[in-house]
Amino acid sequence: MDFRLTGDQRALQAGMRELLAARFPRERLRALVDGDARTAARPGRELWTALGDAGLFALRLPERDGGAGLGLPEAVLLFEEAGRALLPGPLATTHLAAGLVPGAAEGRRIVTGLDRPGVVAHLAGADAVLLLDGATARALTPGEGNGPDALGATPLRSVDPATPLHRVRDFPPPLGGSSLEVTADASRLHREATLLTAAQQLGSARRTVEMAVEHARHRFQFGRPVGAFQAVQHLCADMHVRAELARVSVYAASVTGDPAEIAGAKLLADSAAIRNASDCLQVYGGLGFTWEVDVHLHLKRAWIHAGEWQSVAEGEEFLANMLLMSGPSETPSDVLAGGLGGDNVAL
Amino acid sequence: MDLSETLEEEEFRHRLRAWLREVLPTLPPEPAATDWPGRRAYDRAWQRALHDAGYAGLHWPADAGGRGATPTQHLIFLEETEQAGAPYVGANFVGLLHAGPTIAAEGTAEQRSRWLPPILRGDEIWCQGFSEPEAGSDLAALRTRAVRDGDSYAVTGSKLWTSHAEVADWCELLVRTDPAASRHRGLSWLAMPMDAPGVTVRPLRTLAGSTEFAEVFLDDVRVPVTHRLGAENDGWRVTMVTLSFERGTAFAGEVVACRRTLTRLARAARENGRWDDAVLRRRLGRLNAEFSALWRLTRWNVSEAEHAPHSGRGGVPGTAGSVFKLRYSHARQELYEAAAEVLGPDSLDGGREWTADRLSSLSYTIAAGTSQIQRNIVAERVLGLPKAR
Ligand SMILES: Cc1cc2nc3c(=O)[nH]c(=O)nc-3n(C[C@H](O)[C@H](O)[C@H](O)COP(=O)(O)OP(=O)(O)OC[C@H]3O[C@@H](n4cnc5c(N)ncnc54)[C@H](O)[C@@H]3O)c2cc1C
Repeated sequence: MDFRLTGDQRALQAGMRELLAARFPRERLRALVDGDARTAARPGRELWTALGDAGLFALRLPERDGGAGLGLPEAVLLFEEAGRALLPGPLATTHLAAGLVPGAAEGRRIVTGLDRPGVVAHLAGADAVLLLDGATARALTPGEGNGPDALGATPLRSVDPATPLHRVRDFPPPLGGSSLEVTADASRLHREATLLTAAQQLGSARRTVEMAVEHARHRFQFGRPVGAFQAVQHLCADMHVRAELARVSVYAASVTGDPAEIAGAKLLADSAAIRNASDCLQVYGGLGFTWEVDVHLHLKRAWIHAGEWQSVAEGEEFLANMLLMSGPSETPSDVLAGGLGGDNVAL
Repeated sequence: MDLSETLEEEEFRHRLRAWLREVLPTLPPEPAATDWPGRRAYDRAWQRALHDAGYAGLHWPADAGGRGATPTQHLIFLEETEQAGAPYVGANFVGLLHAGPTIAAEGTAEQRSRWLPPILRGDEIWCQGFSEPEAGSDLAALRTRAVRDGDSYAVTGSKLWTSHAEVADWCELLVRTDPAASRHRGLSWLAMPMDAPGVTVRPLRTLAGSTEFAEVFLDDVRVPVTHRLGAENDGWRVTMVTLSFERGTAFAGEVVACRRTLTRLARAARENGRWDDAVLRRRLGRLNAEFSALWRLTRWNVSEAEHAPHSGRGGVPGTAGSVFKLRYSHARQELYEAAAEVLGPDSLDGGREWTADRLSSLSYTIAAGTSQIQRNIVAERVLGLPKAR
């Protein structure tokens, strides 16, 4: 057993970081965020095809289908990098649509998706929508009036300027003729979407630790770097601990594919992303409250991802129920006698 | 990233599991927590059984009596013994989990052959004499003096919070050998026999009512110079090795135990109706995620230790232990807080094992380096923040 990243995995990770530094440097994020809201609504086609060319979407397709034949662990590493750079766009759903929706694998089609009525990201800029509401997955694809428009969605003003949102009130009926069934295994797609979103949260959570530490080393008050104050040090230490636990959870879940591990990974990564961004804001002081510093972008993106595929409440409920299904096969009265340790347990 | 077991690891797990199934039903009942002689005998007998079956010091270096097992196999050992409900390491904690590994990494051939076999056989119990009244978190402030007198040291001072001092045969003792040197420079690490003339043990009562630890008074105690580990005045470095073992995988087995406890708690809550409380249920769900993450972190740290290029010297674990210890000690307290909610008024019954466990969980954020100290370590040594003060 060697849980560490292999050399190839580290190279892949480094390659993705380089690609993003070249194709989606901070200036591009800022241009999206500081520019006109309408241009922000469209993830750049050219960026999308660059990601497609780099293999982000086709990563797990077999080589004979033009993919790289890699697995979830590799996908998770790339998505972590995407989360770190706050790369916008419906990345997870486009990745999942590779091989199901023509053009998705190459980055020629932008595919968003959702699993229930609520909000959906990047709908206006998408070419297709994956619906993961039932046992079978469906795709709304353009032509014959089946495109994203078929959802009858209304735009809302998104809290995250780089993630336009629509509100969706109703789903098309599951067996209606207007949508295309793409695979029978929607639950697998749902789990993978959950994990890939968790990986993006992880990237953000680790990034905000770095940002907080950077700032704490260089901002001086009372004649010393604020990072020399224990109150600040301990905030940073707790951020690091959160990010580390999220990291090993996401990585382990990508290896085992276990539904409970995926649920736990999403839960811990959501909390790490949100709480680390909030603590990072605190370490930045007044600057943290400004538009020009990226901290708020991490927080807002984390809020959006936290609502996708598995909310915190759903994750906790699911994992609570898993406790009843696993573990030693004792009868309830054994549990009370043994587990509760007393002689006459009156429960 | 690979979590699958090699054939060898799988075989090891199955052999161990079969052995545990055979031996556990033959064990005598566990003695009461207050019965110290009984506990000593019980813990020694269990260690002896492990030794005779080939499970003692599994991943220690071969020249220290190790069995050539990998750190992963050791982790499997901790996992399987916990899962089978085998006895806890108990009074053998210090010997097996930090004094022993420190001697294996830093001792001479004679020292290794003198102290390690009895630790592995469960013959000799060790305790840790580091903390003092004036030296807790600030360990380097310790005052216990050791004055060289021919081929022995004369040791005078006092140690505090020494766990298992009542039943120990040996003490890993940190003393000041050069009072003129700067704080960290003048220390030495000694192995002191607890039955030496001048050693007085005064048990202290913990908040749980038991006497888990003690005050140890040292009055002109003679310790042979050959009982010193490492060079004279090099004790701080040796101590850092000890502490890294203490914070390394020493608690790994307990994570498995906590996961079992959590499962039982969920069942108990279902049985008594507390399960209908969504807030409590969700807390249990989150703890499920936390403890599996801690288990994965242990696996990550073991993989690092197993394959790191500098793991040659007895696999001394790094600062990753601080991240683990910090989260684990708080998660353990959260677990017993949730347990109290499940139990309701029964959680106030001091006669219950749950109550005792809840009380003992309070020590986890203090012993083996407080949470504040672990945060200092993470901030300064892992994240590279400037030194405080
Ligand atoms: C159950 C138990 C068993 C133990 N067993 C042993 C044993 O076998 N052998 C042994 O040698 N010791 C043992 N100890 C002692 C343990 O190592 C010390 O209690 C611990 O290191 C803290 O020292 P202290 O109690 O003096 O607290 P102090 O150091 O006085 O700390 C008091 C408070 O101040 C905080 N603090 C101190 N310094 C700093 C700082 N620099 N920055 C921020 N906060 C700070 C602490 O976090 C704590 O909250 C045991 C303790 C317990 C509870």
